[in-house]
This record gives sequence, C-alpha cells and structure tokens, in this order.
Amino acid sequence: MEIGLAHYLTVAAILFTLGVFGIFLNRKNVIVILMSVELMLLAVNINLVAFSSYLGDLVGQVFAMFILTVAAGEAAIGLAILVVFFRNRGTIHVEDINAMKG
Amino acid sequence: MTPALIPSLGPAVPEILLAVAAMALLMVGVFRGNGASNLVGWLSVAALGVAAVLTLGLPGERVLTFSNMFVVDGFARFVKVMVLMSSALAIIMSMNWLDRENINRFEYPLLVLLAALGMAMMVSANDLISLYVGLELQSLSLYVLAAIRRDSAVSTEAGIKYFVLGALASGMLLYGSSLIYGFTGTTNFDALATLFGREGYSASIGLIFGIVFLAAGLAFKVSAVPFHMWTPDVYEGAPTPVTAFFAVAPKIAALALFSRIVLGPFAEMIDQWRQIIVFLAIASMVLGAVAAIVQTNIKRLMAYSSIGHVGYALVGLAAGTEEGVRGLLIYLAIYLAMNVGAFICILAMRRKDGMTEEIRDLAGLAQTRPGMAAALAIFMFSLAGIPPLAGFFGKFYVFVAAVNAGLVGLAVIGVIASVIGAYYYLRIVKIMYFDEPAAEFEAPMSRELGIVVTAAAVFTVLFVLYPSPILDSAAVAAAALVP
Repeated sequence: MEIGLAHYLTVAAILFTLGVFGIFLNRKNVIVILMSVELMLLAVNINLVAFSSYLGDLVGQVFAMFILTVAAGEAAIGLAILVVFFRNRGTIHVEDINAMKG
Repeated sequence: MTPALIPSLGPAVPEILLAVAAMALLMVGVFRGNGASNLVGWLSVAALGVAAVLTLGLPGERVLTFSNMFVVDGFARFVKVMVLMSSALAIIMSMNWLDRENINRFEYPLLVLLAALGMAMMVSANDLISLYVGLELQSLSLYVLAAIRRDSAVSTEAGIKYFVLGALASGMLLYGSSLIYGFTGTTNFDALATLFGREGYSASIGLIFGIVFLAAGLAFKVSAVPFHMWTPDVYEGAPTPVTAFFAVAPKIAALALFSRIVLGPFAEMIDQWRQIIVFLAIASMVLGAVAAIVQTNIKRLMAYSSIGHVGYALVGLAAGTEEGVRGLLIYLAIYLAMNVGAFICILAMRRKDGMTEEIRDLAGLAQTRPGMAAALAIFMFSLAGIPPLAGFFGKFYVFVAAVNAGLVGLAVIGVIASVIGAYYYLRIVKIMYFDEPAAEFEAPMSRELGIVVTAAAVFTVLFVLYPSPILDSAAVAAAALVP
C-alpha cells in the first residue's frame, strides 16, 4: 500500500485529538498536560511537513522549524511556572489547582 | 554571484528599537542587579515612547518588507501607538506598587517591553508565520508576568491556568494555519486574498476547518465567549498592575489582529466569518453583562467587564465595513483610557495590611477620598456607556455601523446587554457614595499616577467636546485596512 498525504493527515488529526483530550480529560497531573500540549504541536508539524512535501513548497518546513523552536521555549516556561507552583502548594495535581473559582 | 538580499528595515524600525532596547536593558539589569530596577523601568518607558514616536513618523501608505511578511499601513500605525502607550502606562503604574510589595525586580519592565514587541509584530503580521511568532512572543511574556509573584499561590496558579489554556489556543491556531497552508499552498495574507478573490473560487472542506480552528484560537486570545474561561481566574490571580496590563494592551493587539485576518486574506469569505463573529459578539456581551453581577472581587468584575467590552468591539468587526472598523478602533481608544483610569483607582485600594480587592471595601469612599471616588465614578459611568461620557460614543459608533450593515438584531441585543451591564457599574458608584464608610485607604497615589488618572478622567469627560482627532485618525486607519 502506498503511504500518501491522507495517511499523514489522519495520523496528525489523531495525535491532535489525543492532545486536546489529554488536556481536558486529564484529572491527575499537570506534567501530562504539558505532554499533551507538545503532542498537539507535534501533530501540527507532521501536517506541515506532509503538506510541504506534497506541494513541493519549502514554506511548510520553515514554519515547522519555527514551531519547534517556539515549542522549546514554551515548554521551558511551562515547567518553570510549574516549579514555582509546586514550591507554593506542594502538589501538581490538577484537582488542587483550585484556589480561585467562579 | 548574486548580491545578498537585505530587506528594507525602515518600516520595522520601532520593533528593532524595542528588541535592541530589551536586550540592552537586560544587560543593565544583570550587571546592576535589582537595585537598577527603577532605572530599567524608566528606560523601558522611554524606549516605548521613542518607538511610538518612530511609529508615528512612518509613512502612511502601505509598505511591505521581509519577503512580504511584515506590513505597515495606517491601521498598524494607529493600533501600534495605542499598544505602545498602554504598555508604557502599565510600567508606570506598576513601579510604585512593585516597590511596596517588595518584588521590585528588573525583569518586570523587560517582560512588558518584550510583550509590547510581540504585540507590535502581531499587528504588523502579513503572513501566518510572522503572526505565530509575534503572538507567541507576546503570550510567553504574559505567562511569566501572570506568575511574576512567585511566592504567591494565586499568582502562580493564574500563571499555570493562563499557560495551559494559552498553549491550547496556540495549538488550535497552528492546526488551523497548517490546514490553510495545505489547502491553499501559501501562508501569505496577500496571496491568500488574491486566491479567494478569484472568480468562482469555492472553499474546500479542509480549508473551512482550518478557518474555524484559526478563529477559535484568535477568539481565545481576545477572550470572547465561549473561549473566555481563563479570563476571570487569570485577572483575579495575577498581581493588580499585571491585570491592568492584560486588560488593555493584549486585548487591543489581539482584536486588531483578528480584524486584519478577517478583513485581509478572508475578506471575500465574510459571509462564512460573519456568523462566527456575530455569535462570539452576542455571547460575550450577554455573559459579560450577566456574570459580573454576582462578583464581589473587583478584579474579577473587571474581567467580566472586559469580556463584555470585547463583545461590543466585535460588533464593529461583524459589520465588516470600513465604518465598522472605524467604530472598533474608536472603541479601543476609549476603552484604553477608561480601563487605565479604573485600574489606577483599583491599585490605590490599599490598607496597612496590604492590598484589598473586595468591592465592599470601597464603601463610603466619597467621604474618605472624594477625588478618587469621583474619578472612579466617572470611569464606571463611562464603562456603562452613559452619555455624554466617552464610553457612550464608543458603543454608539459600533452599533451604528452594525445597523448600517443590516445587523439590526445584533445592535438591539448589544443595547440590551449594555443596559443589564450598567447595573453592576452603577452598584459600585452607589457603594462609594451612599454606603457607610469602611476603613480608610492608605496614603494617596503617587504623583505620576495622579496625573495619569486625571488625564484619563478629563479625556473621558471631554471627549464629547473635541472628538475629531480620534475620529479622524481612526477613519484613516480603517480606510487603510478596508480597501
């Protein structure tokens, strides 16, 4: 069987959906949320590289490089905020992030 | 050998200045330590001021540079001046406060500077890539700002919530961008506009999906309902000067970006877009009006108020005409003045044992601090949209634009929502003027803040007498965006 554009798009769509569900359904740990965010960005990168190769156009791959770079910064900031939160509250359970409600 | 291609840097001079200033001030801060934080603060304000002046000096016509990724036109100029001004005001507002709370760190003004740079990039984006990079530079700085009070549980919690939901929004925006790129073969706004403008072009289902994801991501950044759930928590948890910054500059920049995308590349598809924006506008106006009624924390109340105001601004965008964009820009300019003034008053709510944020602490303010009560009352009347204050005219222009574009129902719902919303603004005035005085607040605000709050109040009251500078420049800016 030939692996075509549609297969890549399907994999990316599945990964993206997993990422979104990981953020909303996860009741345990904020680290899992960070991983889900990375999964979403990964899905976008697969999309972009697949389209780029299909269209024979380099812009998609350049875009993917930018996303990789920004995602690294985003993960660093997310973990840093998580560390200061843990120092204050002594927990990173999703259910404990509840000082404000309404 | 072909000569190296050097892009024309002229149109991007304000952004380049901001980037260089941020890096230079970072060095100043590192070598001088936290003792230099006031110096870094004032130098950041100076950099933002110079950047605003340079922006005003740019040519008025449309200029493209950096392989058509970066655009400067009348619209970008108008919005950038507002963004830079409100960022500078946010730094001025925070300096005194940071000193008193013992968190005077030089990183704070630098993060505001970097966020302002990101916002300026967003406003000038003419490509999905530059849009993403500008948006992320802004968002990453804002996540850190929300959690800047690192020994406070609520501040760090606000940081986490903002980060998680902001990252989700960026992910959706990117997924939409990737689909748009895949189904059109380009990421450039002008190329997209040419493509959609072609005779008989019909959008494929993949492209529509991409547009919907992009819209969801942008709605999230402007905190329009139903993507607003982060706003109240982040506004309440973040330190008050940070909240004041969040409520103004990023909102203006994100709404400008939203307008540029809707009326630039996707101008030909206004029928598909309009339904989404009308829905966002109605939901935001109604929720902003209703949910604020039960709030007891003034920062949370301002969060719902800002959601409502985004709804009114989106009414202008839903019209999709030059008149609508003009209304949106006038609205944003007036919103800037009202919100900066209101937040300076909130910052002055301080007793010996620290900041207070409860609305009932304002009781009897008219007797203990008549000047501050009068100023806050002016801003509340204006936010409620009571004539002849500036806030009324902001709403007036967007509603007129909506009616002229045939969206009478939307304008009627907007008027009803603003009547409901008036209740909670007027309740604050009633508490200040007619309730028994609560314990007095500490020493009056610093001289700089006094000047800013007076200027904002004078602008709000006297806008009716001399509105033409704002009306005319907004008209020029709108004409640049809507050909």
